[in-house]
Amino acid sequence: MKVKVLSYVAAIITILFSTSVFAAAPIKIGALFAVTGPAAFLGEPERNSAKMVIDEINKAGGVKGRKLELVAYDTTGDATKAVQLATKLIKDDKVVAIIGPSTTGETMAVIPVAEKEQIPLISCSAGSKITDPVKKWVFKTAQNDALAVGKIYEYLQKTKQTTVSILTVSDGFGASGREQLKSQAARYGITIVSDDTYGPKDTDMTAQLTKIRGSHSQAIICWGTNPGPAVVAKNARQLGIKTPLFMSHGVSSKKFIELAGEAAEGVRLPSGKVLVCDVLPNSESQKKSLMLFVKDYQKHYKSEGDHFGGHAWDAVMLLKNAIEHGADTPAAIRDQLEKTKNFCGIGGTFTYSPQDHAGLGKDAFVLVEIKNKDWVIVK
Amino acid sequence: MKRDLLLFTAFSLFIMVAPQIFAGGYLMNVLVFVGINTMLAIALNLLLGYAGQISLGHAGFFGLGAYLSGILTTTYSLNPWLAMPIAACVVGSLAYLIGLPVLKLKGHYLAMATLGLGIIIYIVFNETVDLTGGPSGLSGIPNLHVAGITFDSDVKNYYLIWGVTLAVMLFSLNLAGSRVGRALRAVHDSEVAAQVLGVDARGLKVQIFALSAIISSLAGSLYAHTMTFISPASFGFNFSIELLTMVVIGGLGSIYGSFLGAALLTLLPEILRGANDYDIIIYGALLMVMVMFMPGGLVRGVPALFRKVFSRKAEGGHA
Repeated sequence: MKVKVLSYVAAIITILFSTSVFAAAPIKIGALFAVTGPAAFLGEPERNSAKMVIDEINKAGGVKGRKLELVAYDTTGDATKAVQLATKLIKDDKVVAIIGPSTTGETMAVIPVAEKEQIPLISCSAGSKITDPVKKWVFKTAQNDALAVGKIYEYLQKTKQTTVSILTVSDGFGASGREQLKSQAARYGITIVSDDTYGPKDTDMTAQLTKIRGSHSQAIICWGTNPGPAVVAKNARQLGIKTPLFMSHGVSSKKFIELAGEAAEGVRLPSGKVLVCDVLPNSESQKKSLMLFVKDYQKHYKSEGDHFGGHAWDAVMLLKNAIEHGADTPAAIRDQLEKTKNFCGIGGTFTYSPQDHAGLGKDAFVLVEIKNKDWVIVK
Repeated sequence: MKRDLLLFTAFSLFIMVAPQIFAGGYLMNVLVFVGINTMLAIALNLLLGYAGQISLGHAGFFGLGAYLSGILTTTYSLNPWLAMPIAACVVGSLAYLIGLPVLKLKGHYLAMATLGLGIIIYIVFNETVDLTGGPSGLSGIPNLHVAGITFDSDVKNYYLIWGVTLAVMLFSLNLAGSRVGRALRAVHDSEVAAQVLGVDARGLKVQIFALSAIISSLAGSLYAHTMTFISPASFGFNFSIELLTMVVIGGLGSIYGSFLGAALLTLLPEILRGANDYDIIIYGALLMVMVMFMPGGLVRGVPALFRKVFSRKAEGGHA
């Protein structure tokens, strides 16, 4: 008798479980973003965008009938926390892939975990060394610094400016930029005549700029994220420096124009196409994705979507495409990701291959100039 | 004495069986960091709780240990087991030399000096890009391995880290109970009185500062080999403050208190994660309440709370 009851119970449990697994079990996607702390300007739009696009996918019926579930944690920009949370995502939440982290430092810390546990990681940070050399389980959506530097140097070469001063921030972003600026200079026939750095929290760069003024370079390139570059722009204006000022894609959001005010006028920088999406020609292959993203972001969060949020948007969409191709295990998703071809995202047109896990070409960037508090494409 | 030994044995047993309860999950990983933080809290407690000398730069010593181990094993491909004592010796000597002038200062001035020291070390990590990899960090640090075992999983690392932590604990407990421990407490209460009684207060302060730095460096080396990646952000001023909070919340002048403080401050953010965006507020409020109502730290406050609750119950029973 008892055995019979037990077997009934067992049967019922099996049925309950199997139906829940096969019919409705959502596919869990992990995310690590620095929503608070010094890198919050990256993490917040990234988390917002990831949430937004996953909600939309689910509203439209999910992927192949299965819903996606986002498990997002805040790393506060701390590498130790990022590693702990990556472990949590993999072991406790059993996610099939991880999006993020937001900064290069955190990503480098998480890579050994992803490689060991064999979970695909799509980083939203820019550092070139994330995918160079290529790591089996690691992809990224943010444009390489190398591409941004190339874009500026190309322009300088075209306009026959050969001497530059560089001023970089002493954090991961600035260090990576400085490395690229120095290593690529020779290829474009450019000489770096002064090389200075500033601290991420500095509020006055007059000293560095005075030195730069003395070096008589033809262009100044400042590599950093808000608010430092805004201070540089203001100080340069106060000192009456007329040398053209270039910035990195780290400040390509409206926030920079707000912070620098008048001083932002005439500043040029490489940027993802999201800033200028409304003036892009209709023939542009990315335009559809860009307009969709900007409109959605405006609707959900009442603010302008920037390219940081775009990195997370791209990561989710890349995963969605992989899952649509029938992949639902970490290994299958990784293999599908590597086969991604001509995916038009926010950051650019992605084509991954076994030799390239960054996936973007130089056309990911356009050079823009700030005119009348808005962006204009530099031809 | 017998009671102390019993307590330590019970504690060690608890630590050794803990993985059987939490095994597999992500909590194992957090418990590894509880071990590292316990080591650091004990190091700082020896200095602050026993000798009464504040340091706001201990994250710097922790970082030095991590970076020395990291650089020696990656750039110079030295054996990790050799790099660790070298790092500890270098950091210890450095702390001794710096301690000589700095520990003449007292109170706020000592706090300022050690604060400066921590910040200088942090800036060095950031700016010497060729050596440390700068702000984007140093990667590819090898895991420790011994006799065919590579410490590359959370469970293995747990036993490695906690093995060392327990040794540090035992050493510190013995130190605290010895003549030196009593001398340290005498210096804490009154330097002049201690000197009158024949304690070399200045020498002792510098020695304990160096010892504290050596333990921190050891924790740093272990951290580097467990994480296999280090970046300056983990060794900044904020972490020095977090260590100080662990020591104060746990209980000044108590080795077990350091464990409680480290465990609480490492685990609390994980527990509060469920509260989403409010976790920071709850975290802050909890710390404030604890400091207000348990000024002696958890190690004294919790037993006192129990006594209070039970005596009230007993009174209720009589009435």
